[in-house]
Amino acid sequence: MARGGPEQGRVARGLIGRGLLRHAVPILFAGLCLFGILVAKITPPFLLSEMFVRISRNSVLVLALLIPILAGLGLNFGIVIGAMAGQIAAILIVHWGVPGLAGFGLAWLLATPVAILLGILTGALFNRAKGREMVTGLIAGFFANGVYQLIFLFAVGSIIPFHSASMVLPQGYGLRNTVDLGTIQYAIDGLIPLRFQMQGVEIRVPIVSYAVIAVFCMLTLFFFRTRLGQQFRAMGQDPHVAAIAGIAVERNRIVATVLSTVLAAWGQLLFLQNIGTLNTYSSHEQVGMFAIAALLVSGATVSHATVGQALLGTVLFHTLFVVSPLAGKALAGDAQIGEFFRVFVAYAVITVALVLHAWQSARAAREARAETR
Amino acid sequence: MKGVSLSVREGEIHALVGENGAGKSTLMNILFGMPVIWETGGYGGEVLLGGTTARFHSPAEAMEAGIGMVHQEFMLLPGFRVAENIKLNREPTRPNPASKILGRTLESLNVPRMRADARRALDSVGLGIDEWIPVAGLPVGHMQFIEIAREVDKANLKLLIFDEPTAVLTETDAEKLLEIMRGLASKGHAILFITHRLDEVLAVADRITVLRDGEIVGTPDPKSTTVVRIAELMVGRPAAVVAQRRFFAPATEPVLGIEHLSVDMPGERVHDVSLAVRRGEILGIGGLAGHGKLGIANGIMGLYPASGRVIFDKALFSLNEPRMALERGLAFVSEDRRGVGLLPEESIELNIALSALEAHGRFLHPFPIPALRVLEQRALRTHALEMIRALDIRTTGPSQQVRRLSGGNQQKVCVARAMTLEPKLLFVSEPTRGIDVGAKQRVLEILTALNRDHGVTLVVTSSELAELRGVSDRVAIVYRGKIAAVLPPDAPDADFGLAMAGETAQAA
Amino acid sequence: MPRPKLPLPGFISEFGIPRLLIAVFLVILFAVAVATHMDLRGLISDSIVRVGRNGILVLALLPAIQGGVGLNFGLPLGIICGLVGAVISLNAGVHGIAGVLAATGIGVALAIPAGAAYGWLLNRTRGQEMMVGTYLGFAIVSMMSVFWLLAPFKNPTLVWAIGGRGLRTTLSLGGIYDKVLDRWLRFEIVEGVWIPTGTLIVFGALCFLVWLFFRTRMGITIAAARSSTRFARAAGISDERTRVQATMLSTVLAAIGIVVFSQSYGFVQLYTAPLLMAFPAIACILIGGATVTRATIGHVIVGTLLFQSILTVALPVTSQVIQGDISETARLIIQNGMILYALTRVGRT
Repeated sequence: MARGGPEQGRVARGLIGRGLLRHAVPILFAGLCLFGILVAKITPPFLLSEMFVRISRNSVLVLALLIPILAGLGLNFGIVIGAMAGQIAAILIVHWGVPGLAGFGLAWLLATPVAILLGILTGALFNRAKGREMVTGLIAGFFANGVYQLIFLFAVGSIIPFHSASMVLPQGYGLRNTVDLGTIQYAIDGLIPLRFQMQGVEIRVPIVSYAVIAVFCMLTLFFFRTRLGQQFRAMGQDPHVAAIAGIAVERNRIVATVLSTVLAAWGQLLFLQNIGTLNTYSSHEQVGMFAIAALLVSGATVSHATVGQALLGTVLFHTLFVVSPLAGKALAGDAQIGEFFRVFVAYAVITVALVLHAWQSARAAREARAETR
Repeated sequence: MKGVSLSVREGEIHALVGENGAGKSTLMNILFGMPVIWETGGYGGEVLLGGTTARFHSPAEAMEAGIGMVHQEFMLLPGFRVAENIKLNREPTRPNPASKILGRTLESLNVPRMRADARRALDSVGLGIDEWIPVAGLPVGHMQFIEIAREVDKANLKLLIFDEPTAVLTETDAEKLLEIMRGLASKGHAILFITHRLDEVLAVADRITVLRDGEIVGTPDPKSTTVVRIAELMVGRPAAVVAQRRFFAPATEPVLGIEHLSVDMPGERVHDVSLAVRRGEILGIGGLAGHGKLGIANGIMGLYPASGRVIFDKALFSLNEPRMALERGLAFVSEDRRGVGLLPEESIELNIALSALEAHGRFLHPFPIPALRVLEQRALRTHALEMIRALDIRTTGPSQQVRRLSGGNQQKVCVARAMTLEPKLLFVSEPTRGIDVGAKQRVLEILTALNRDHGVTLVVTSSELAELRGVSDRVAIVYRGKIAAVLPPDAPDADFGLAMAGETAQAA
Repeated sequence: MPRPKLPLPGFISEFGIPRLLIAVFLVILFAVAVATHMDLRGLISDSIVRVGRNGILVLALLPAIQGGVGLNFGLPLGIICGLVGAVISLNAGVHGIAGVLAATGIGVALAIPAGAAYGWLLNRTRGQEMMVGTYLGFAIVSMMSVFWLLAPFKNPTLVWAIGGRGLRTTLSLGGIYDKVLDRWLRFEIVEGVWIPTGTLIVFGALCFLVWLFFRTRMGITIAAARSSTRFARAAGISDERTRVQATMLSTVLAAIGIVVFSQSYGFVQLYTAPLLMAFPAIACILIGGATVTRATIGHVIVGTLLFQSILTVALPVTSQVIQGDISETARLIIQNGMILYALTRVGRT
């Protein structure tokens, strides 16, 4: 033991090195954020006030990604469909004129069966495209967007009776580009508002929204430790072995998709009640990409992600989101550059994660083949 | 598989032996309710378990009924802990508020009980490892015992199926496993033991059933039978000789000299084979499945990593270069028709011409720059028609997709492609596997004619000993990756049986 | 669990239900156009122009499918190469056919190494080519957005008038090489139906060259490796190499395709314009009858004709019935529905 000094030192250095490598993505990202904050001279109160709002409205959408990853479906690009379910509910309660917390609650209730139905359809689709769930989810989102447009741009007001003058386009059918959600804005955020001043900037913390996020985190963690969670985990590792052990893999894959879609619908409603307006035809479009990029910057992968990573990723990604236009302006005198840059970062992060995943699984497949020899 | 009946009593080890393709896996799949059975047309007859008819539509149903299985490939999740694997989908749980509303699947895992159950199961198979470490990285032997522990842990276990459990184990581990099997049987479990290792069968089995081509060919008594006798049953007696062969004078010079060849082909590994192929002969290579007979041709043709020294046509031959093998005048009709042998989506004519086009640039219009030479459709067509006539390929025309042909005609296309290469030496593996009787005869005739009329040296590898003895001048038998014996085709059956069981290697 | 198959007449299942639906939809659109006395000739003329405009981008998918890479969702990579070529040639002020040639030449020169690198990456990420391709395309397009803003181009016709920094979103080709190929040997077959001869000749010539390529030793090798990796290995073919070759060819064709597209359209579109360009092209070839593993020149031509005709006819026809542009919605549904259908049918015949 006494002579173990240098040996131990090397082991320790190895551990630190490996730790750094494992957390390379979030560390790199944090560095990027810090750099942006410094060059744009962003003050802590401003950043805090922005971040408290952004974390509260985006976290649930990121959490919605965890269960499909656990079940081996990869990144669920189909959460866009869940977001659409949320928006359908939001449009209905505005149409019926149910305001406030009751309206929000009703929207939440209405969105659930719609999301379940769409989740079952998406899950069935995934079962017919095994191994290609991610690209299928992406395209399914585009396809659903087309159907959504068909309904709200053409069917509403013509085939579907719908006569709120304030919502329908002057031609008599089709929804306007924006729906005012003023009646349910801050329905959750404003329940127990916490406000304080910091260096002259008012910082608002929507306590109840954070409580809701905390509940969803707990539920997800609880789910991981149930029998069904264990089944999902087994499927995620090897669907064949899971099936041999008597797990209903196909059915469970649909269940996982449904859970994710429902959570996305709820998450989108939480997002919308904070924003206060619904861009009828575009609010949902970027939901998948931003949620997925946020999850991945925490170092999560296509096959492994934790609740902690979802939260860390949300914080990091949205920090960059706030910082990069300002940094772009400070550096190049043009906020546009920062905006393009953050979109590039989102795509690049997803690309790198996909490449790493595909690379590793291709290598694992090669090694598995070698091992059977 | 047809007309198979067998029974396993409580506390008994019943060994099921047979060649690959004899129907063992089909039987297992039926017993274990694997979906593949139902996807491919189901089965007739019935399975009785404890006196009542059982018909399993999924592995879950089979497990429910008390059937357990130790699989050939490991059915373990490497990222799960040992205890999690043992209790997979049978986890002890505790109810919680959510599960009371939404059902049992949402009950919480009871980790202490999982560990305790797993500990007990591990102890019962004598594996002393910590039950809470991940499976990944454990030695192969440990994994096999974890599989057994998982099955033993099942409370209602009645019948336990072992599918070649010792194939991946070291000798000591294999002995330990047999010990455990005996122990389990003595506790009253019924055991169905599937294996290729005949000495193990004799060591533990209470009864033996030998399958061949989906039928039971014998139930020798383990107390009085021998390894040789079982091996004979497995490979079957030689049928009528296909074509009367003239036997070569042994003085013919070798065209292919193989020295210390090792091939890393999964499931068909070759260790240190030395063999000389004489110019103009037909050499048969036989042996039981898994012993490496298929690895020899695959290794020389560069399909699997190979090492050793090979002399072809008096010059050193470089291994692991498939292109070089073709260019030097070797050709191969693979045992894996669909994977290696054919492009099922492409036309017959292209399939026939492709290798020659690749290796020798045939069937291309002349043009000064080789890269810009375009396919000469007419030459392709003429050649294909010639081959179709010569080999009697039953088809609607040379542009028909190969996958629409019957197995026999597909095999003829493979042979036609090899012939188009105009090889000096042709390897043919499993020439008659999966094709009907009439076509079998025809394919073998084509091969012997190729040898007789064109002087092509043939190396035929086959699981069907009768066939090999019918066409070959000499038959080499492979046992555990080595040549056990090279026999004349009219040697006594017993010699072949002994060679396949590896007995001659030890005796000689 | 065996699924019962719907008994369908052979010719329908051969043709494919979605393709049938699309063809029927197109017939209905034309019927409505005839019934409402619309300018049918104009519609046909427009359809032909759009076939020439988009054809090469659809053709670019063929080598990737034939080479076993699958649907090349990474098409924007080649498109970006072509766009860089176009911008460089515009910046230098090369006019007319010479400008198109210069743009194509630079585009191809960039596309060759880019395609090689992309092909190498796809070899490392086998099994996930579609997803990797999609996001690589997205990432490259958004990275280039930053580049367009910062690029040191000085030609005043290209950069924003105010501030003089960064390229404009769309660069007009009017007076430079707007429609030079479309106009070359242009003629009228019936009154009002103009044939963009030059563009169609280029499209046709490239189709022929690609067809010819797949009959050379290299082309046959690429296609053989696609069909069976193990077969290829037995024949001494490195399927990794053939996949790179196929990807390179696809990327090069995409670069040529966008230059031809731009001259026909009359504008070079930068920034986010190339982002989603792979999807309609993929829908075209699938509608034509291609699968993820098999495509022919016929699929390219038929698919482009069908899909582009629908896009052309849908807007004027539906706008007679309802106000608003339903063609974009129809495009989303048809395009992505078709891709989804193809994705669920991989591995079936």
